Amino acid sequence: MYKKTLKRIASLVLRYKFSFALSLICAFLYTLSSLAIPLFTGRAIDHVISEGNVNFTALFSSLIDIALLAVLSFISSYVMARLNNRISYLVSRRMRDLSFSKLSKLPLSYLDSHQTGDTLSRIVSDIDNLSDGLILGFSQLFTGIMTIVGTLILLFNLNFILSLVVLLVTPLSFFVASFISSRTNRMYRIMAEDRARQTECIDEMVRMDDEVKIFHGKRNAEEVFDKINEAYAASSFKATFFSSITNPSTRFVNSIVYALTALTGALLAIGGRISVGLMTSALSYANQYTKPFNEITGVIAEFQNAIVSASRVFALIDEAEESTEGESEIEEAKGDVTFSDVSFSYNKNEKLIEHFSFSALSGKHVAIVGPTGAGKTTIINLLMRFYDSDDGKILLDGRDITSINRQSVRRLFGMVLQDTYIRNASVRDNILMGRNFSDEEVRRAARLSHAEGFIERLPNGYDTVLSDESSALSQGERQLLSIARIMLSLPPILILDEATSSIDTRTELLIQNSFQRLMQGRTTFSVAHRLSTIESADTILVMKDGKVIEMGSHKELLEKKGFYHELYRSQFA
Amino acid sequence: MKPYRKECVLAPLFKLLEALLELFVPLVVASIIDYGIRNNDVPYILRMCLLLAALAALGLSVSITAQYFSAKAASLYSRDVKAALFRKIESLGKADLDNVGEATLITRMTSDMNLVQNGVNMTLRLLLRSPFVVFGAAIMAFTVDVRSAMVFAVTIPLLALSVALFMALSLPRFKKVQALLDKVLSRTRENLVGVRVLRAFALEEAEEKAFREENGALYRMQVAASKISILTNPVTSAIINLSIIALLYFGAINVDTGSLSQGELVALINYMNQILVELIKLANLIITITKALNSAGRISSVLSLESSLEYGKESTLLSDDAIAFDHVSFAYSSGAKDALSDIDFTVKKGEVLGVIGGTGSGKSTLCALISRLYDVKEGEVRLFGRNVKDYSEEALSDIVTVVLQKARLFKGTIRSNLLFSKKDATDDEMMRSLEIARAKEFVDKKGLDAPVEALGKNLSGGQRQRLSIARAVLKGARILVLDDSSSALDYKTESELRAELSKLDSTLVIVSQRASSMLHADKILVLDDGRIVACGRHEELLKSCPIYSEIYYTQFEKEEKSV
Repeated sequence: MYKKTLKRIASLVLRYKFSFALSLICAFLYTLSSLAIPLFTGRAIDHVISEGNVNFTALFSSLIDIALLAVLSFISSYVMARLNNRISYLVSRRMRDLSFSKLSKLPLSYLDSHQTGDTLSRIVSDIDNLSDGLILGFSQLFTGIMTIVGTLILLFNLNFILSLVVLLVTPLSFFVASFISSRTNRMYRIMAEDRARQTECIDEMVRMDDEVKIFHGKRNAEEVFDKINEAYAASSFKATFFSSITNPSTRFVNSIVYALTALTGALLAIGGRISVGLMTSALSYANQYTKPFNEITGVIAEFQNAIVSASRVFALIDEAEESTEGESEIEEAKGDVTFSDVSFSYNKNEKLIEHFSFSALSGKHVAIVGPTGAGKTTIINLLMRFYDSDDGKILLDGRDITSINRQSVRRLFGMVLQDTYIRNASVRDNILMGRNFSDEEVRRAARLSHAEGFIERLPNGYDTVLSDESSALSQGERQLLSIARIMLSLPPILILDEATSSIDTRTELLIQNSFQRLMQGRTTFSVAHRLSTIESADTILVMKDGKVIEMGSHKELLEKKGFYHELYRSQFA
Repeated sequence: MKPYRKECVLAPLFKLLEALLELFVPLVVASIIDYGIRNNDVPYILRMCLLLAALAALGLSVSITAQYFSAKAASLYSRDVKAALFRKIESLGKADLDNVGEATLITRMTSDMNLVQNGVNMTLRLLLRSPFVVFGAAIMAFTVDVRSAMVFAVTIPLLALSVALFMALSLPRFKKVQALLDKVLSRTRENLVGVRVLRAFALEEAEEKAFREENGALYRMQVAASKISILTNPVTSAIINLSIIALLYFGAINVDTGSLSQGELVALINYMNQILVELIKLANLIITITKALNSAGRISSVLSLESSLEYGKESTLLSDDAIAFDHVSFAYSSGAKDALSDIDFTVKKGEVLGVIGGTGSGKSTLCALISRLYDVKEGEVRLFGRNVKDYSEEALSDIVTVVLQKARLFKGTIRSNLLFSKKDATDDEMMRSLEIARAKEFVDKKGLDAPVEALGKNLSGGQRQRLSIARAVLKGARILVLDDSSSALDYKTESELRAELSKLDSTLVIVSQRASSMLHADKILVLDDGRIVACGRHEELLKSCPIYSEIYYTQFEKEEKSV
């Protein structure tokens, strides 16, 4: 899991081979210059021995060398940092693009069953964590490794035994680091989950602010939030603290290395095998050698957090997509719709629609009625390929809709739902919904759907920017707007799911006239509670508990004196 | 920060202790060289090396303690700020929330808070240590040789200046980064919430394209912001390297004249190097702090928002006029057209008020004013003889409950949703209100503890409406407002519901499109374009109010004829 995630991050980074290689070269030059500056400083000092014993010409040439190295170090470190930032942000940009384009390919069943807050947290905070981790990782890892190699070479040049001590003991710090990190990994995961839960809670409480106010539910909401907040504080404390043990622990190992070097060096010096000066240099190199270990292990905590976050994002990206079965396009359709022995359920344990067969010819009006929760919307989910049937076929002009590409199917439908969704865009763009029409046509559609009145009353008319959250429009006005959307393009099949439930009957009557005109020659499926609006339907499907229990025209159904008859009478009670 | 004074003092203190311990190490090594090796004293060398190990162990425990306190302070701090932020958001009026925008509140609570928490943690760990080491090294340098140490006096202000400069320059850019991140978040959210409509219009590709553009803009701003902030490290290193050259040059002159020894020069250069090492750590920290400061600013701007909604303190009732609107006018924003104008009516305790009118006639706005989700622009709304503004929040919620047009439920269970309105409700009370709301049948099937997803997504529209009615009935408020909240119910269920509701002793306000809902009302308000055009009983209005009779006959035409 961990390794797999790491590999995938690497493959994302390696898309930018050139920048990556250049960053490595810069890391090399930077390490080289930062190792060489002390060396040249030492040489410079050798020219400054005592009073009257200073070799100024040699000193100046050393100073010039140091200055050149300083320039090299400046340029290489800046270029390296720029490249590392660029690569990290490119990676996070790509991950966001991939995640977002995933969103549009996920099946509705995934989106219906997952929390908005959790998905949001993956795309926003988790990707942020990843890019922060990458930047730190790049800038410390490579220079760290090169510093280690560089100092080792210098050490071996000084004394073999001393360098052996350093070389053999220091890897201990890596063991310590990986020991701790394997244990803190789980804590980071818990922390990320708690964070997602918190995002969810905030999202919910902000959205449902009205309910919270009405029921004086503040304290209740606060209790729920505080509990989650407490859990997050605890898990983030644990993860931060335990991962921050890494750095002091490795530093401890390094201090032991330092003590051992001092011991070995001193013993060798007593035996006269090395000079005191050489021992001092060895000690300072031992110090320099261990420093990158510190830095690398210090970064590990951040990096771990990043990897956990990345794995959450990858999980989203890897989610199974809506099947793309159905290659063929369909441009125009007559609108003959047939359900042939269709079975479907949302989950395997609860059977819903079973062996349903039914056929609507082009231009016919099919109404679906039934008590709340009878599964009326399910029919629509299937028709528009939001969900695919488990068994049986749905035919459009005789063609199996699963053989036609989803987008192409959906384009044939004009849909008005009970809960109208308003985009964060102008009124005009909300009517256009990405299609190409002139202003005049937009106005005409608004006029026909009786939306013109309230649109003109908005502060900026057609240019007023709306959003789903704002309370600028009432439910009814939202529905008028979504009716205008389909008035614009006139697709061959209409789906009206409680399309006028929030519109007053006077306006509805006016719209009905436009609808009548609209429905001519178009197959229409409508769901309605006001039976008066569907009496003229060619066929009425009466549904209960997911099943179609009666089917026929208004007159036939009334004569049958069945469930429909009961429903019809009750509205005048 | 106050409540964690202990942690905030202890964390840096232990860090200082750690740094001090590190300063001992060179002294020990010096004594190994000066005594141990010179005197060939092996036991002494062993003792000193053990001392080094002991120092290391002590350093380990001290620094773990420091990490403990800083992690603690950071997580507690962020917990408390989040809690304060949450309470602030809860206290804001609806008008305020409309203004600020929901998506941005969420980023502030989440990604901004993360940055702040990280910032506090790192600051406590490093911020004191670094200046301590820098100034410590400088002071040590002055004790070595005042004249040569003048280089330090130039270097340190220069370093401070450049660090401050880069911070000041990058802060506004980080602000822009966060603003662009908000945009990315809000588009993502939109696509999750509006997925059906977006797919019905096959807008996936267009949305992807728009997202790519916004994400690209975010990327460019991130790079632009980092361009400045990453200069800190190279520039400070360059200053240090130049200082070393200056030290060598001036030091060489001083050595030549005999006022400085070679060993002292080495010491000076070592101190300069120590500063360099500390600054590299500091440079990484500065970026974290800059981001944290920016986020802290965004958070405090929410915390400093003034709520436009202030509750009073009263809870006693003054009269039997349950609802009285006294020439009320209201507009959603100061420039907009009035959504309600000159509304004036009274409802007695126990009466049923019907409100009917066209789409956009102001029915929902009227409901929002009764429950004080918004405040009036002109006039006064009185409940039981007292201005709504004078009631305490709790008293107001006991007096009036609204069932909203759009039924939404909280994540949890059916039970937890019901308990939301009445914390100590018994199962019997819950079942009773479910029965009144005609929700008993399906709840019996699922059970009271059946899970409810956020917003009630796993329930049908009708089930949501019935549960939200049950929730309101359970509250048992004196006034119950139903804002067109049975639109997803079929006529049969709705008429049963109405019969049950009329048995309650609450004052009822029924807002509907359906004339059938108005038949039994004691008083019916007919709204049109934000004004009351008629007021009376069904029979009167049928005769006198053309709008009302038109509404009625569009719905009952056939029935009338057949009777």
